Amino acid sequence: MNDKEKRHIFDNPRNVKRVIHIIYAVCALVFASEFFIDRHVDHPWEILFGFYGLFGFVAFVVLVLAAKEMRKALMRKEDYYDE
Amino acid sequence: MNSVAPFLVFFLGAVLVAMTRGRVRAAVLLAIPLVGAFNLFTIADAAVGNVAVFDYTLTYLRVDRLSMLFGYLFHLAAFIGIVYSLHLRDTTQHVTGTLYAGSALGAVFAGDLITLFVFWELLAVTSVFLILARRTERARAAAMRYLVIQVLSGVILLAGVLIRLHQTGSIAFDFIGLDGLGSWLIFLAFGIKCAFPLLHNWLTDSYPEATPTGTVFLCAFTTKVAVYALARGFPGTEILVYIGAAMTMFPIFYAVLENDLRKVLGYSMINQLGFMVTGIGIGTALAINGAVSHAFNDVVFKGLLFMSMGAVLHMTGRVKASELGGLYKSMPITATCCLVGAASISAFPLFSGFVSKSMVMVAALEEGYPVVWLFLLFASAGVMEHAGIKIPFFSFFSHDSGIRTREPPLNMLVAMILAAVICVFIGSYPWVLYDFLPFPVDYEPYTMAHVLTQTQLLMFAILAFVTLKLTGLYPPELPSVNIDSEWFYRRLLPRAVKLFKAVLAPLDLGVRRAALGFVNYLIAAVFRRAGPDGVLARSPLAGGMVVWVLVLLALYLLLNFL
Repeated sequence: MNDKEKRHIFDNPRNVKRVIHIIYAVCALVFASEFFIDRHVDHPWEILFGFYGLFGFVAFVVLVLAAKEMRKALMRKEDYYDE
Repeated sequence: MNSVAPFLVFFLGAVLVAMTRGRVRAAVLLAIPLVGAFNLFTIADAAVGNVAVFDYTLTYLRVDRLSMLFGYLFHLAAFIGIVYSLHLRDTTQHVTGTLYAGSALGAVFAGDLITLFVFWELLAVTSVFLILARRTERARAAAMRYLVIQVLSGVILLAGVLIRLHQTGSIAFDFIGLDGLGSWLIFLAFGIKCAFPLLHNWLTDSYPEATPTGTVFLCAFTTKVAVYALARGFPGTEILVYIGAAMTMFPIFYAVLENDLRKVLGYSMINQLGFMVTGIGIGTALAINGAVSHAFNDVVFKGLLFMSMGAVLHMTGRVKASELGGLYKSMPITATCCLVGAASISAFPLFSGFVSKSMVMVAALEEGYPVVWLFLLFASAGVMEHAGIKIPFFSFFSHDSGIRTREPPLNMLVAMILAAVICVFIGSYPWVLYDFLPFPVDYEPYTMAHVLTQTQLLMFAILAFVTLKLTGLYPPELPSVNIDSEWFYRRLLPRAVKLFKAVLAPLDLGVRRAALGFVNYLIAAVFRRAGPDGVLARSPLAGGMVVWVLVLLALYLLLNFL
């Protein structure tokens, strides 16, 4: 990398840390605000406290890990169809 | 008040585009959607344009709320696409892009199925040039596969229309419903263009091979015409609920794995189409409104995402996640626009996806599809993964790839900023869009509960990404191809033909050899008897014959005496 190039915001690991901490804080905030906000419930599954947060987290992890396993069956070389 | 068909403006415009060059052409290109929008604005309510062809009355113009909404949408999409492609010096793309947009307008204003068929095929043959214009061997091959499948969809549509005409005597393009072979064929034709599961692979195969500007056009029209056609012909068809749910689910797994970021957006498109198809299948006013408004928003935010990736491809020549990273340093405006698109498609509050996708989800719960609703919720977290995080993260952030470039040409930036502004505007002030929807809107997106639940879902999805990334569980981006339904026609079919040849060739050779052998044997046998030395061709001496005649006569004499 060019020495003269200016340092960009995420070249500093502390800024990356900051972003991650902001994400933690916002998550904590939206989770805790369920104590104060009456969340309208249409379906019994939604009753669980923090349902949407938990669902979002679990869905994401399940999705990514399942896809990772699928790779074993689905992944081929880039020129697979060119042979 | 007038009744000029909207496609005419684009078709005539395309002729002018072909005849002009340079700045004049740029002016003509920009004028086309503006003149078209003005024409649309002054078009009479419920205007109808008919033309008699043989025994049939074809309706090339049918104006109602549904066709008008898509009409305005396609003008907007064409305008953004044209601005984005102004820097090109490529007559092929300018002309076919304009014709393609015009064909889409022709299809949504078609009042009968034969007119629909004509524009349905025009969509295919005009858009294929946007893929061919990449001018690589890969693109050429992908374009041919695209063309075959698209034209096939048209042929199936025509077959369905003719059967239906025979059965009902009508070519009207109104509610069709699944009833009889004809309607099923029409449904299948719509399904191919709408990228139903297993019929979807043309999309993820061809869109990433098109030119950076071509993909922006492609992503706006073909699939949205199909959504319009389904909303017109098959609202409330229950099977669509499940087809739609499947469409939201399976592409998100592929999107996690896919390395080509424009292909990720292709899978993402199928996922978004799934929400629309589900809404059409539910068929209530709320659900149809949700489907149609989501189609509107999708054209803008998916266009924006394709534009940002197109800008990356245009400037760096690369669009694979494994080769990119750190581009925010040299393309900050593009990165910001991409983030707006990512937030919109993920449906963050104040961004456009938030005000349309939830209508479909609420309708799913209200109409008693809780399992489908759960799938849609899962898919929403999936959208966050591939479009909300993966697209911007791996191209503009992540590890620094060392690529240093510049922002794309000004016209590209303007188009992206325009789309980003629309995303935020509709997200913050959705009532402008709601006023155009086919049914009166009785839905309030900005309730405390909705904002809270959606923010929770998305933020915890981001938290999950952070966790997986920090623990090293997140799968690395690898240069690869992932097997999808295209395997059947790109691998199995050629292999089967090869195998067929391999088995058949020796068999064929054997039969020919045996036949030839038999004929040779026959010839030899005849030759042996009738040839020059054959027993039938000998010429004994006359004296010898006299002896034999004498013997015979003696024998007779002998017998006579006995």
